[in-house]
Amino acid sequence: MWNALARACALALGLAALAACGGTEVSAPPAPENDGPSEISGLKTPAAFAGIEDDEARAAALFSEMTKVMFHPRCANCHPRDGGPRQGDDMSPHVPQVVRGDGLGAPGMECTACHGASNVAFATSEGSIPGAEPWALAPASMGWIGLDATALCAQVKDESRNGGRSLADLVDHNTKDHLVNWAWNPGDGRAPAPGDQATFGALTAAWVEAGAHCPG
Amino acid sequence: MTAVQQFNTTRRAFLGGAGGFVVAVTLPVRLRAQGGAPGDAPRPFDPNAFVHVGADDIVTVLVKHIEFGQGPWTGLATLVAEELDADWSKVRAEHAPSDPKLYGDPGFGVQITGGSASIRTSYDLMRKAGAAARGMLVAAAARAWNAPASDIRVENGMLIYGDKSASFGSFADAAAKEAAPQDPPLKAPADFRYIGNPDLPKLDTAAKSTGAAMFTLDVYRDGMLTAVVRHADKFGAKVAGFDADAARAVPGVVDVRQIGSGVAVFGRNTYAALQGRKVLKVTWDESRAETRSSEQIATDWLAASRERGAVAHAQGDVDAALAAAATTLDADYVFPFLAHAPMEPLDAVIAPAEGGGVEVWLGSQSVTIDHQTIADACGIGMDKVKLNIMLAGGSFGRRAQPVSDFAREAAEAFMAVGGDKPVKLMWTREDDIRGGFYRPLSGHRLRGGLDADGRIVAWEHVVVGQSFATDTPFESMLIQDGVDGGLVEGASEIPYAVPNINVSNHIMRGPVPVLWWRSVGHTHTGYVVETFIDELLEKAGKDAVEGRLALMSQKNPRLAGTLRKAAEMADWRAARPADRALGVASVQSFGSYVTQVAEVSMADGAPKVHKVWCAVDCGIAVNPDIIAAQMEGGIGYGLSAILFNELQLGQGGAIMQSNFHDYRSLKLHEMPEVDVAIIKSDAAPTGVGEPGLPPIGPAVANAVRKLTGEPVRRPPFVRSMTA
Amino acid sequence: MAISLKVNGETRSVDAAADTPLLWVLRDELRLTGSKFGCGIAQCGACTVHVDGQARRSCVTPVGSLEGREVTTIEGLKGDVADAVHAAWAKHDAPQCGYCQSGQVMTAVALLERTPKPAPADIDAAFAGNICRCATYVRIRKAVADASDTIGG
Repeated sequence: MWNALARACALALGLAALAACGGTEVSAPPAPENDGPSEISGLKTPAAFAGIEDDEARAAALFSEMTKVMFHPRCANCHPRDGGPRQGDDMSPHVPQVVRGDGLGAPGMECTACHGASNVAFATSEGSIPGAEPWALAPASMGWIGLDATALCAQVKDESRNGGRSLADLVDHNTKDHLVNWAWNPGDGRAPAPGDQATFGALTAAWVEAGAHCPG
Repeated sequence: MTAVQQFNTTRRAFLGGAGGFVVAVTLPVRLRAQGGAPGDAPRPFDPNAFVHVGADDIVTVLVKHIEFGQGPWTGLATLVAEELDADWSKVRAEHAPSDPKLYGDPGFGVQITGGSASIRTSYDLMRKAGAAARGMLVAAAARAWNAPASDIRVENGMLIYGDKSASFGSFADAAAKEAAPQDPPLKAPADFRYIGNPDLPKLDTAAKSTGAAMFTLDVYRDGMLTAVVRHADKFGAKVAGFDADAARAVPGVVDVRQIGSGVAVFGRNTYAALQGRKVLKVTWDESRAETRSSEQIATDWLAASRERGAVAHAQGDVDAALAAAATTLDADYVFPFLAHAPMEPLDAVIAPAEGGGVEVWLGSQSVTIDHQTIADACGIGMDKVKLNIMLAGGSFGRRAQPVSDFAREAAEAFMAVGGDKPVKLMWTREDDIRGGFYRPLSGHRLRGGLDADGRIVAWEHVVVGQSFATDTPFESMLIQDGVDGGLVEGASEIPYAVPNINVSNHIMRGPVPVLWWRSVGHTHTGYVVETFIDELLEKAGKDAVEGRLALMSQKNPRLAGTLRKAAEMADWRAARPADRALGVASVQSFGSYVTQVAEVSMADGAPKVHKVWCAVDCGIAVNPDIIAAQMEGGIGYGLSAILFNELQLGQGGAIMQSNFHDYRSLKLHEMPEVDVAIIKSDAAPTGVGEPGLPPIGPAVANAVRKLTGEPVRRPPFVRSMTA
Repeated sequence: MAISLKVNGETRSVDAAADTPLLWVLRDELRLTGSKFGCGIAQCGACTVHVDGQARRSCVTPVGSLEGREVTTIEGLKGDVADAVHAAWAKHDAPQCGYCQSGQVMTAVALLERTPKPAPADIDAAFAGNICRCATYVRIRKAVADASDTIGG
């Protein structure tokens, strides 16, 4: 009962954060004092960090929480720093072997050779093949398999490596991007990333609001 | 094969009564008596090969062996075309129908493809057939032209006399009236034009490159239902009950029926059947199921290997020699269950036919057994079953069924849904990988001894595994005095001169159905013998090539010939980059001799095989390019298994793998370059479908040991990913 | 339900649920049997077709997702690249059992249409999703290189 209540509260908070991100001014979500700290499916909401007064420390803690999503196999598998994607919760090399090419695979073996616009259940067995439009690898500069939270944070903020995104763009990306969203709708046979996209977006917004400092 | 003893022709209607003529030949065949002992009684009145020459000039060769890539269509047609002097562009091949009297294997006494025997058992037979057809055409032309037969030349599908010439087709009908020559002369090898020609195109390439080739899965009949069967998740489990409500509610699902192997779901199309099976609920009686893990089975097998088993070969006194040896080496090996995973999942189509019979389309390898099984399951005589043998998308042994598992399943499904409408049985890849009939899991114990001078003086080998002959029609043939030929072949007769040898086996039993898998016992015995000898030679301070040659040259000169050739091709003694090593292995199997040298490096803990040099001696090379292709294919198929494949049973006996994502197949980028040399030989031709496989595993293992210092005695090298 | 589908240049109407994999529509409904079933989970490539000119595993492509798209199967392959590939396949007698070869040919054409002069690594990458259990890979590699030599000068 308590869990359901907490979940509902957290969801409301997340949605508030999402709404707040719509404008150019990113504002922190409200920080309830005692009844707010909660999490959604293993991901803490920004409220959980409201008690950290120091901006740097709070930002670092928020970013560390964000990495629960970013390092999760549903996200990291397509953010390799090397040539090809990973798959599965053990992040093993993609089978069949896939090369990055221009990010969409190799000629004759594009990502779209197998991955369509949505998840497709297998006809012959349990499970599904994941899909979203477009299905693609993040550029190598945005790869983070093997990085720690500190290095990842620096990379994410570096416009020369993050696809030219401002901090506001990052919030927008994490909150709304369709492919990012797939991490919580990964299809039959795969565990979703912790939390939900709204909470991930809210964490990002709160991290930016706190100064986008990185974990040490 | 010896000379022609009986020689008959038949002029039976060819494929529904087309014009032209048909030639049949009988050669003396050695029947296996019921008890398993080979007999010498010829079957004098059974013609067992056919050639058809049509009025349209087309020469059609009926091939008694199934074509699944190993090349008998082209191979047997080559033999006929050679002696017929046919125009190769007019030559076609088709599968012979099911008829054990006509097409039975001289060894097994049934119509079957196996043991790399197609060319070996057809070389004389099909040449005689071609020569007889040629003689009849010449006789007809001689009569028409009023010319002496001896003055008529035959060239490239044309009959020529002076300024007269005519194509085969123009004399096809007339030739049918001529008596077949009783002992037609055959060409001297020096006159061969097609045999040994490396540029002869294969007959089935075009259809297989355009999607036109018809496989069983491509057969559709009006009103046909597609059946998929829910099989057990553990071997030996039986259906206890099922709830088909959800399955029946799927649009397009027509029926759900229990059959011997599980519960069949029948759909108006494939997708309906698959959707129905997904929601079918089955409960299983696992009281007699295999509940051991494959790990436990391996432990049990190795435990059995501590004791000597039924002796397959013994010479000298191995116990005394081991006791007296200056140095000894002990090694245990375990080889996993392997699925064959042919590209076309198993399937069959069966339809009602006129007169209460059935017509069947099947990639049938054990033709006679399949034929009999289907007849029995349908409750009709074999004469009421018309069996069309289809091109098959690979087999690697899986279709050579002693118990006709999937043909029986198809017939049972057909009968279960009424026996009055066509049914296509289709296995999915999951059914295939999880369907049993695996290469048996085996355990091996090796003990070797060297004397003070580094000579190998003792060799003891205990092989432990299930026999795929147990409880099959082949049992009495393959198992004798407790020794299973399929388990110990390659181990019982090693090519090396060692004075004291003992090779024995323990035949185990278990619920996991097992079967021959491309190259059969040699898949594991070749690996064991060739890695163990390599380690012993190293202990003795001897070079892997020179050391082998010293022990092999007298005892097995043809194998030694391939070893010399492969070593020369690989430039064995030349320096390699520091991160690369060569490994070598030589294995005789199915009458052919193959040595492979592999160049290997390690990347991320896994071997990367860059290049393989392969020398093969298979007697007279009928189709050099097919021989090369079979060596390449054997290397690729063997490498796939040795690098990646392991069919595992987990805790409680649950099958762990299910499809190509966790039963990984070699891909193009993992395929080494391959150079093949064929040793020139006048010996009778022997097979190549299997012999290309056994050396690759140990060749790679021997290279890996040089690179890492560690022997690999428990393949695969790269553990299969488990889902 | 009736679904309209453009295959090999022709618009066809088929009665199938929208989630039916294209492979089974091609085979069961349109009797285009050149595309093969090998795994059902996009692991083997035997079912490869082209959708708008790119290789696509038909076993995991819902037929309902193809509105406005052009599907080409092995039966509908044509053009210089396809001719060059078929000639090279014949020259090297690439197929053994042949069951996977429709998919291999479709991948070869898709590769060469986009990369007429592929480096060996390009060939490796393109074919990484096409299994051949007979391991005809040595010949496929040579045939693709040969086909490349004969197209586009």
